[in-house]
Amino acid sequence: MSMDRREFGRLMALAAAGGALPVGNAAAAQKALFDTAPFGQVRLMHITDCHAQLNPIYFREPNVNLGLHGAYGRAPHLVGNALLDAFGIAPGTPEAHAFTYLGFDEAARRYGRVGGFAHLKTLVNSLRGTYGEDKTLLMDGGDTWQGSGTSLWTRGMDMVRACNDLGVDVMTGHWEFTYKDEEVLANIEAFNGDFVAQNVKVTDDAIFDDAPVYDEDTGHAFQPYVIKEMGGYRVAVIGQAFPYTPIANPSRFIPDWTFGIRDDDMQELVDQVRAEHKPHAVVVLSHNGMDVDMKMASRVSGIDVIFGGHTHDAVPAPLEVSNAGGKTLVTNAGSNGKYLAVMDLELSEKGVVGYKHRLIPVFSNLIEPDAQMTALITNERAPYLGKLREELAVADETLYRRGNFNGTFDQVICDGLREVLNAQISLSPGFRWGTSVLAGDTITMENVLDQTAITYGETYARDMSGEELKLILEDVADNLFNEDPYYQQGGDMVRVGGLDYTINPLASMGSRITEMRLDDGTLIEAGKSYKVAGWATVGSQAPGPDISEVTAEYLRAQDTVRVNKLNTPKIVGIQSNPGLSA
Amino acid sequence: MDRRSVLRAISGAVVAAIALPRMAWASWSESAMKANESTAAMNELFGTAENVASAEVKLKAPEIAENGAVVPLEVSTSLPAEQIAIFIDKNPSPLAMTATFGAGAAGLVKTRVRMGETSNVVAVVKSGGKLYSASQEVKVTIGGCGG
Repeated sequence: MSMDRREFGRLMALAAAGGALPVGNAAAAQKALFDTAPFGQVRLMHITDCHAQLNPIYFREPNVNLGLHGAYGRAPHLVGNALLDAFGIAPGTPEAHAFTYLGFDEAARRYGRVGGFAHLKTLVNSLRGTYGEDKTLLMDGGDTWQGSGTSLWTRGMDMVRACNDLGVDVMTGHWEFTYKDEEVLANIEAFNGDFVAQNVKVTDDAIFDDAPVYDEDTGHAFQPYVIKEMGGYRVAVIGQAFPYTPIANPSRFIPDWTFGIRDDDMQELVDQVRAEHKPHAVVVLSHNGMDVDMKMASRVSGIDVIFGGHTHDAVPAPLEVSNAGGKTLVTNAGSNGKYLAVMDLELSEKGVVGYKHRLIPVFSNLIEPDAQMTALITNERAPYLGKLREELAVADETLYRRGNFNGTFDQVICDGLREVLNAQISLSPGFRWGTSVLAGDTITMENVLDQTAITYGETYARDMSGEELKLILEDVADNLFNEDPYYQQGGDMVRVGGLDYTINPLASMGSRITEMRLDDGTLIEAGKSYKVAGWATVGSQAPGPDISEVTAEYLRAQDTVRVNKLNTPKIVGIQSNPGLSA
Repeated sequence: MDRRSVLRAISGAVVAAIALPRMAWASWSESAMKANESTAAMNELFGTAENVASAEVKLKAPEIAENGAVVPLEVSTSLPAEQIAIFIDKNPSPLAMTATFGAGAAGLVKTRVRMGETSNVVAVVKSGGKLYSASQEVKVTIGGCGG
């Protein structure tokens, strides 16, 4: 299953263009798939949602990412061939593999793992070097300090050290805020770059009680923006953290901070920054999620580019959004370290007059890893290697999470919850992070932690009425399918085990979910009680063992783990959708 | 005066407004406070429920509440305000608060309200004997499951 010579040549050219391999022929590099020839005056590089994946991983892109209402048929709500068609990507190519789920199992074996900080660093350094170090910037959209065993155990510090070595200049956050507030502040202190967020404020009560605050007058918990001088040009980078952190994640770890989209504040800040600093470009480093960014771009004027994340959408080209002041570009740069976005801007005294953008998949087999970063990663992992490498079971089929509804890895987690905690039904959050394990590969504890390593991973098993179950499903469905992006939270649908249901995503809040049935076909009754197991409760700490231990226990008991039934819902009300694979 | 001092100075007033939403105002609005439907409450308070949506009225509210028990709301207006009131359609008593303004006072109200469920929030400004409004849905969610 090796790649043919032509493909190999293309990949070599790609790697050469990225500086990963010795370049014998500059012309070949120019012709490479991802033309990284310098353009304009400044180069802005962007990574996002790496979820603490220091080493190369597999990550299967979704086959269900529904776009409804205004988002129908447009990026990021395109999957498979619809995505390839929209961006003119030829099927069967390395980038078709990178951007879609198509032929994932075979292509993943052929092209190998993606991402990894040592590989990313080689690429970044090369792109800085060819452009001119002082004219480049590396931004990180957040969800960096969470997603692996080591990040959880070091409370995000392994990633702070790795980001310092990578040379991240500016970052914002989301899962960063799932550590305790004093840990967040200590990590930011240790971070060499600027941590920016215009939409995180210290509550009035906390200011009254002398809580730390970046700006007492504005209430900003962190610096809202930073001005970067780059080769004589000024670029303003405004931070936009995930607006719904204290709702989607526990507020108890960060009781003094209040979030929100705050697009009126954003407009005021953009106007103020433009007046005060006369920047050549104003960009937003955002963790809103792509649909929220699209709406914000239509309402706020004066932003040149929104570098987006959160929704883990690998969008090959920026979308242009019109607003009162002109146009704003909106990007999204995928997840798990799989991509590096490069935006070269052509600047003049009038501002941004041109751009060139590439979303480069980081094929790690083709990039020489940076030695210093390799040593750092080895060092960070050393104390935990025994635990990380524990072999639990063999995967009968490829295990993945990403998609609007149950992924196969979620199903394993849900099956484990039911079995170990002796429950009829299980629930698991619709997180969009979580790496993939290929069919036939051994699932290690590290793989399990990639799906489960959070600061509130405790489980529960309790009686729940059918009415309560429906309420939960309806609530999460509205977070995903609400017509107005500002009311969406950017996660996927809650995963279920032992429960089937029908969903009409186009219906209104409270009436999307019908036909809830147990695996044996018995209808769920509103007034009846069911034993339900789950994890990641946000209100208060759950009483049970951590989900990683529950899942590991389930896997250890079998040689090969099979998904006998995927509890994916029946979708109604939608004829066909470019965000739904055929 | 720095912000902490200002906050300390006004905190007494803020606490009173939150703790005593029903007792703080005179009996003339008691029936409005008790009305269990926004239109009825508006009628009770203003003698009419007729109002026009106006860009001169700004309602600052979260799209999704971080905590339904204390939802921060801010109403401001460039109109010369005589009275500002906030109605929460789905609350058992929709009239959440009302404030009257003397001549020349800036029309600005900041408060925190309790919301049991997702609801439309309507801010009404009485100016020149007429009612102007702004509204927004505030979602109250059970939280969690975010990615």
